[in-house]
Amino acid sequence: MRALQELSRALGAPRAGLLMRVLPPALYVGRARMLVLRASRVSRNIWIMILSGVCEPLFFLVAMGQGLGGLVGAVVGPAGQQLSYAAFIAPGLLAASAMNGAVYDTTYSVFFKLKYAKLYDAVLATPLGPMDIALGEIIWALIRGGMYSAGFLMIMLVTGLISSPWAVLALPVALFVTFAFASVGMAATSFMRSWQDFGLVQLAVLPMFLFSDTFVPLSVYSPAAQWLTQASPLYHAVTLLRDLTTGAIGWSMLGHGAYLLVMTAAGILVASGRLKALLLH
Amino acid sequence: MSDSLVQARGLRKWFGALEAVHGIDFDVQAGEVFGFLGPNGAGKSSTMRMIGCVSPRSAGELQVLGMDPDTDGPWIRSRLGVVPQQDNLDLELSVQDNLHVYGRYFGISRAAVRAKAVELLDFVQLTDRAADPVEQLSGGMKRRLTIARSLVNEPELMLLDEPTTGLDPQARHLLWDRLFQLKQQGVTLIITTHYMDEAEQLCDRLVVMDGGLIVAEGSPRELIARYATREVLELRLRPGARNGWDETLKDVADRVEELPDRLLLYASDGEAALAAAHQRGVQPVSSLIRRSTLEDVFLRLTGRSLVD
Repeated sequence: MRALQELSRALGAPRAGLLMRVLPPALYVGRARMLVLRASRVSRNIWIMILSGVCEPLFFLVAMGQGLGGLVGAVVGPAGQQLSYAAFIAPGLLAASAMNGAVYDTTYSVFFKLKYAKLYDAVLATPLGPMDIALGEIIWALIRGGMYSAGFLMIMLVTGLISSPWAVLALPVALFVTFAFASVGMAATSFMRSWQDFGLVQLAVLPMFLFSDTFVPLSVYSPAAQWLTQASPLYHAVTLLRDLTTGAIGWSMLGHGAYLLVMTAAGILVASGRLKALLLH
Repeated sequence: MSDSLVQARGLRKWFGALEAVHGIDFDVQAGEVFGFLGPNGAGKSSTMRMIGCVSPRSAGELQVLGMDPDTDGPWIRSRLGVVPQQDNLDLELSVQDNLHVYGRYFGISRAAVRAKAVELLDFVQLTDRAADPVEQLSGGMKRRLTIARSLVNEPELMLLDEPTTGLDPQARHLLWDRLFQLKQQGVTLIITTHYMDEAEQLCDRLVVMDGGLIVAEGSPRELIARYATREVLELRLRPGARNGWDETLKDVADRVEELPDRLLLYASDGEAALAAAHQRGVQPVSSLIRRSTLEDVFLRLTGRSLVD
């Protein structure tokens, strides 16, 4: 757990310096890492956490990659190469698990702390501001998501589902994907009124998971459906990661990255603004 | 404003169309215990939240520790100790981790907060429960832990919102004792309560709030002298036998209040009032002479009707 706390400090510290200069102190005092420290104290058994996070995409990989893959045969990859079906869906599952983990951490978990545990009311009675809280929760989601992604990437490597050295960049990109979804998750949570509203989260996450180029290449869809798929943030995450694990490097990756960057920034701004309105009224 | 730790002038707070605080003036001096009394909905908690810099004021002036909450909130909060109305301890952490993590929010070093936690757990008599999960604590223990938590940054000013509501008498007395010790150490305390005995026990000075306004201000003794008499004679009467007695007894006491089951006679000498009542033919089922309390003041100022 000590290592985790060191990591959180490293992640939190540079952010503090930069943001402190642009944000008012009423919003942010640069102590987001204290929320991360709290979260690491709460999650005592880190191995159970990693195991649960890695197993979810692994089950899908076995069920779909092995099971369905036998029927499907080879698929055409992003660079035009032949890929096994498992190698095609693995980066998609990596992106989807980054999304699922981030969304879980910043919706259900945050909503509980916000409405029931009243954790943030207690935190705001100290010098910390709403932006410290939002960033702290997002950084924690990043740390967890990073561990899940690293574990799943190891499995991909060992089972031969990675065909390019560019895949070393898949871990930072998976973290970036987690960051983007965590920000938007926080923002969405700040609008939730009751547990019932979480049905809407499922309604957004499940179709993204199924249709964002995760299991089926974009080309099989009609033009209208393709357009819709490309609007999905998960599509951009899946494409980025698949390009890296299969070595299909190109300028289009910058576009996918820009999409996720805008999404991240918008999420953080909305989340901290809404948290301020919710908690400091 | 030499000694004023908190100074409010024309302080107002509204939530949309609902005005919770209608423009109040008060000063809290360093080292005193200052009380906000009032029924539910009087605006006490809204005022406390504004002082605690977690609720921006809607209008008026407010200075806390010489600073403006709007611009210096984090700095002010770093020197406050807050005990909210409902415990919001971190239920996912152990008793001592609650103090450790909370101290870290204030930027206190890990080593310093560990030492402080040992001292505070001893102060609130929870040392033997240090490693337990918070959920296993009784209500009184949780309250004590909340007080310990609020002291982790060695605050100059403590805000306690109904600190003993829902506690049994033993737990209340232990808390009062601890609050008194803090006062002895020079900590300034602001307390809201609707327990009159609590206000009488603890407060040097208090204001009574009703409907978002301050309706009276002074020490408990001053308020009793001003709004009540020295003694109260309570006459319990047979049902149906009390009609018209308040007219008969009007000149026996300073004030007569008629309740469904009894008459309250506010008088400087209860014995004399009782003798006079007997003389006029009142035959109570029972009678009781007691000292006036802040409760009498409170009920006189804020009325007997139920406020929700």
